[in-house]
Amino acid sequence: MNEMKKDDPAAFGGKRKTGRMSSRKKRVMGLQMFLGLLVAVIVLAPVVWMFLSSIMRSVDLTAKPLKLIPETITFERYQKIFQSTNTSDPAYVFRIALKNSFIVAVSVTVLSLVLGTMAGYAFAHIRFRGKGALMMLILFTYMLPPAALIIPLYRIYDSMHLLDKKFPLVILYLSFIIPFIIWIMQDFFGSISKSFEEAAQVDGATRFQTLLYIFLPIARPGAVATGILAFLMSWDEFFYALIFTSSLNSKTMTIAIEEFNGKFTIDYGMISVAGILGSLIPVLIAVIFQKYIVMGMTSGGVKE
Amino acid sequence: MRLRKEEERYALKLITPSMIVVFGVIIVPIITTLIYSIVNIDPLSSHKGEFAGLSFYIKAVTSRTFREDLGRTLYFTIASTAIETVAGLLVALLLNQKFPGVRFLRSIIIIPWAIPTVVNGSLWKLMLNGEYGVINALLVRFHLISGYQSWLGNPKTAMWCIIIADTWKMTPLAVIFFMAALQGIDSSIYEAARVDGAGAFRSFWAITLPALRPTIMVVVVMRTVEKFKAFDIFYLMTKGGPANSTKTLMYDTYLQAFTNLKYSEAATYAYLIALVVALLTLLYVRLMKREEA
Repeated sequence: MNEMKKDDPAAFGGKRKTGRMSSRKKRVMGLQMFLGLLVAVIVLAPVVWMFLSSIMRSVDLTAKPLKLIPETITFERYQKIFQSTNTSDPAYVFRIALKNSFIVAVSVTVLSLVLGTMAGYAFAHIRFRGKGALMMLILFTYMLPPAALIIPLYRIYDSMHLLDKKFPLVILYLSFIIPFIIWIMQDFFGSISKSFEEAAQVDGATRFQTLLYIFLPIARPGAVATGILAFLMSWDEFFYALIFTSSLNSKTMTIAIEEFNGKFTIDYGMISVAGILGSLIPVLIAVIFQKYIVMGMTSGGVKE
Repeated sequence: MRLRKEEERYALKLITPSMIVVFGVIIVPIITTLIYSIVNIDPLSSHKGEFAGLSFYIKAVTSRTFREDLGRTLYFTIASTAIETVAGLLVALLLNQKFPGVRFLRSIIIIPWAIPTVVNGSLWKLMLNGEYGVINALLVRFHLISGYQSWLGNPKTAMWCIIIADTWKMTPLAVIFFMAALQGIDSSIYEAARVDGAGAFRSFWAITLPALRPTIMVVVVMRTVEKFKAFDIFYLMTKGGPANSTKTLMYDTYLQAFTNLKYSEAATYAYLIALVVALLTLLYVRLMKREEA
């Protein structure tokens, strides 16, 4: 419609009017582009600065006045992270922590998806007693501040010798990520018509086969979305990791970054490298799978 | 009747594994924490082991520390939720327009949200650094301040540093919610309004805002819960300081438990926070139910 106006001014009653319209339109568009640029700068500037800090020499980072565009750059710090073999070197600690975070996040994602999807299906399509109350409880569990559990939890883990181990940390994360998955997945399953199930049963499929071959394929976008969110939540987690990890055995990326800020001598360049590497996976996932993430976040949140 | 039972058994099979993991982790600690809050278990207290009833709760809510903590928590929660909601709405309205570069903007808007909280905290801490920070450098260069300031070291500005850092990361979430809602509005309503002579501003008040109301409510409640129990960013950026100016309820709970070893007081604080969270959760579900109906 708008295209037509541009191509054929005569159709809208004379050149003068169209000319004025389009100049007004141009002004609006100019304003929109200016505001858009402003948003882009606010969004990107801190990230760009983090990257620049990661490749600037330390002398330039602490120079006054600060030069925003470095003359010499160095990738030495990145190299150090990937190559260091000295176990007391922050760079080495960070590499192992990244690996730990990855192992924990992948385990959490797989386990929470399998368990949460099954439960989410049950909540959406099967009638059973106490369903509403249980769902409330699950939602509350997800929102519960971990501080309400932490002291006894620490004592229990300590007495069972579960501190500073990766798998017990996975279990802790599952305790709040599974409720989240159930909450989102029951919404996805709920939007799938029950008639599919009836049709499959007429064809002689068992209920579990129906779930596996009928519902799962339809709910796959939902599963992808929740899987991504589960990964990001686990990758981001800090509080439990702070209390329950202490050595290279289980220390995660978030803890290593916190230590960069305090325990070791403050090295702005290294903090930035760690920040870039710690953000790389989630940012890539977010940009590539944006559609899924939006779908996952807004379902269970807002309904049309 | 048999069918009904079979259904229930099937449902049980599907949900039991999840429930074992979730409640296996939380049920004992949540009850124990409750007990801690009514029985004195502070290792350093002379009343250790004595039943305290509600005295910890009474002591907490009548104490000045608690009131101050709560005040700071509310300040942070309200300020950052308000900024996120308003900024999120404005940016979503912009990104919902058609202009060159808007597709690029839509794809990068999610980036701050994806950056881990811990990275976000240390990034802003670096940028706000009083000796070498880039924000000081820029402000001095544009003559907005005369000399470098220790933004995080000043009790008057520290909380706002955290609010800025946190809203930078989380506003995109609000943008995403609002954009999804905006796309759900039938564009023919706008056409009709324009034909009736309504301007852009009028259309916004009469059409857009009412249509977005449910989403606004959901965003506000959801964000309030998260803000109320925020911990990571405070730990990363200020550790409650300087001069307690960023000590929130959640942070104080951590301090009581792990620095002062006052387990009972920490448990009481934790339960008070959980109570607020429970009320907000209830409100959240109410809102959702109303939307569904």
